[in-house]
Amino acid sequence: MTEAINAETLSATHILEYPYTRSVGPVIGRFLAGLRDRRIEGVRTAGGRVLVPPVEYDPRTGEPLSEFVEVGQAGVVSTWAWVAAPRRNHPLDRPFAWALIRLDGADTALLHTVDAGDESKMATGMRVRVRWRESTAGEIHDIACFEPEAS
Amino acid sequence: MREVAIVSFAQAPSVRRETERNEVEMLTPVIAEAIERSAISRKEIGFTISGSSDYLAGQPFSFVTALDAVGAWPPIRESHVEMDGAWALYEAWVRLQIGDVDSALVYAFGKSSPGDLGEVLALQLDPYYLAPLWPDPVSLAALQARALLESTGYTERDMAEVAARSRRDAQSNPNAQVASDFSVDDLLAEPYLVSPLRKHDCPPVSDSAAAVVLAAGDLARRVCERPAWVRGIDHRIDPHYPGVRNLAESPSAALAAREAGVGDAPVDVAEVHAPFSHQELILRDALGLDGRTAINPSGGALAANPVMAAGLIRIGEAARRIMEGNARRAVAHATSGPCLQQNLVCVLEGD
Amino acid sequence: MSEPVTSIRRPVRLEYDFTAGRAMSRFLLGLAEGRILGQGCPECARVYLPPRGTCPTCGVPAEEEVEVSPRGTVTTFCVVNIPSQVLVVPVPYVCANILLDGADVPIFHLIQECPIEEVRMGLRVEAVWVPAGELKATFESIRHFRPSDEPDAAYDSYREHL
Repeated sequence: MTEAINAETLSATHILEYPYTRSVGPVIGRFLAGLRDRRIEGVRTAGGRVLVPPVEYDPRTGEPLSEFVEVGQAGVVSTWAWVAAPRRNHPLDRPFAWALIRLDGADTALLHTVDAGDESKMATGMRVRVRWRESTAGEIHDIACFEPEAS
Repeated sequence: MREVAIVSFAQAPSVRRETERNEVEMLTPVIAEAIERSAISRKEIGFTISGSSDYLAGQPFSFVTALDAVGAWPPIRESHVEMDGAWALYEAWVRLQIGDVDSALVYAFGKSSPGDLGEVLALQLDPYYLAPLWPDPVSLAALQARALLESTGYTERDMAEVAARSRRDAQSNPNAQVASDFSVDDLLAEPYLVSPLRKHDCPPVSDSAAAVVLAAGDLARRVCERPAWVRGIDHRIDPHYPGVRNLAESPSAALAAREAGVGDAPVDVAEVHAPFSHQELILRDALGLDGRTAINPSGGALAANPVMAAGLIRIGEAARRIMEGNARRAVAHATSGPCLQQNLVCVLEGD
Repeated sequence: MSEPVTSIRRPVRLEYDFTAGRAMSRFLLGLAEGRILGQGCPECARVYLPPRGTCPTCGVPAEEEVEVSPRGTVTTFCVVNIPSQVLVVPVPYVCANILLDGADVPIFHLIQECPIEEVRMGLRVEAVWVPAGELKATFESIRHFRPSDEPDAAYDSYREHL
């Protein structure tokens, strides 16, 4: 319904919804199936680098990639950002950190969240471990978040 | 290469929320002003192209209705990019190389206020690994800022200095949205928004529109006293996923700058599209700019950041300084995508 | 190996606070008064409906308000056999482009109160408004159009507006 915002112009709430279902293809599909089974898999390039999350083609050479490698469920934070006030769509509803996490055995970093409780618990180079969602479904949200690894 | 110059530039003042006018009503006076200043008649313009994103205002195919601001009848040669208008300018420059048309109108509009930019821009991310987590642009930029701070000698004070200088310079820019005079110490006393970014490190949400007219060779000389010649222009892209690249540097901006010839001669003024303060630090290094170059005298994207138009405005602001006789050689830069993923560099020179 | 994952559901919902702008607001506020307001171009004199603040032909501001007639001519039409998710009209129904007297571009609306087979190009129609107390700043203030019992318009009178 329209409402006047001043004497001359009208405004109205306008909602766009996109009920997309997306095909994932064999590489992303394999990664997501791994998450559903609580396993994290990357893909190895001809040069020997392990990319997590996996991509279909080597970003450096364009070669197709298909050699899957399971990597660790813990790793190192390479950079992070502290969100004091989460937005409505953010994965966690309490203060958390976004982080790029290089899992053990991987050469690239995964973007996800760290449920650290307080910013003072976060540091570049810290070790974090995956916390799985209670019921997994084959999507990136199967990783509920990461949490600081007990030292 | 055919010589092509910017012969006019117009923009709407950036505002937080344009409630009075729809996109067409915003664009019409800007396009009219750019065409009038170019001294080329509307019907003589050989090619028209725009840059915008329908997601911003939530109007699918709004770029088609935006043509109402152009006067597109009888049918004109027209194109559109779902990118910042700087990339539309690149396409226009390429189009003018063909040689059958001598002028082009490039415009861009960004009305970000109707939607939530933090959510809208998350939709530009890969839909499998990234977008389902809804990382907003401030959060992604914060990851980049920390990577820069912890892998180089740059500090939060350097970032605050960029912000303070930009907002101070914006005081003399009537089209800027955020203009103020704060000390760096005051800024550093503010709380974090998404650490390590404070509010001053982030761009405002802006509504605006801009237009540029390009002309080739003799036409440019005839209609403009001091054309801003495009001496080099190039755009490059880094991998999309932020975990596969070093966020503290911008190889694509550095390569585009080299291809465009930034380092071939001294640069009087540079307008770099750095929506976040730390991104100017990354870009200064990537473009090889030093203290001899005046950077973002307009205030840059920290003073006004109409998404999809802010890059074209950088080119327009750089060209304006040449057209007004205040610079001989200028560099303009535009970015698109998360964490400076895509970068365009343009070198402009006066005669 | 367990079942492969072949697709993901990825619903997106975006909320906007849409501003109609000056021209469209004038048009909508006119409907709330039972009037149909277009805008005329100062250069080519065409009258646009609904107005958008500019003349798309000349590319200049077109801010002169012009009230047009609630009567007009069907320039083209189609018979819809697919139930609408938003309209509460039974199928089949007729949608038409209607050139209102005084306007230079047709508007799109429903034709009702008329057997489908009698709808034709050139048919003269008039707006049927909601009751005066229900008029609002929305296109729905015009319920539909119906034949106005005038002789058909000559093809030449609307051929430039198809």
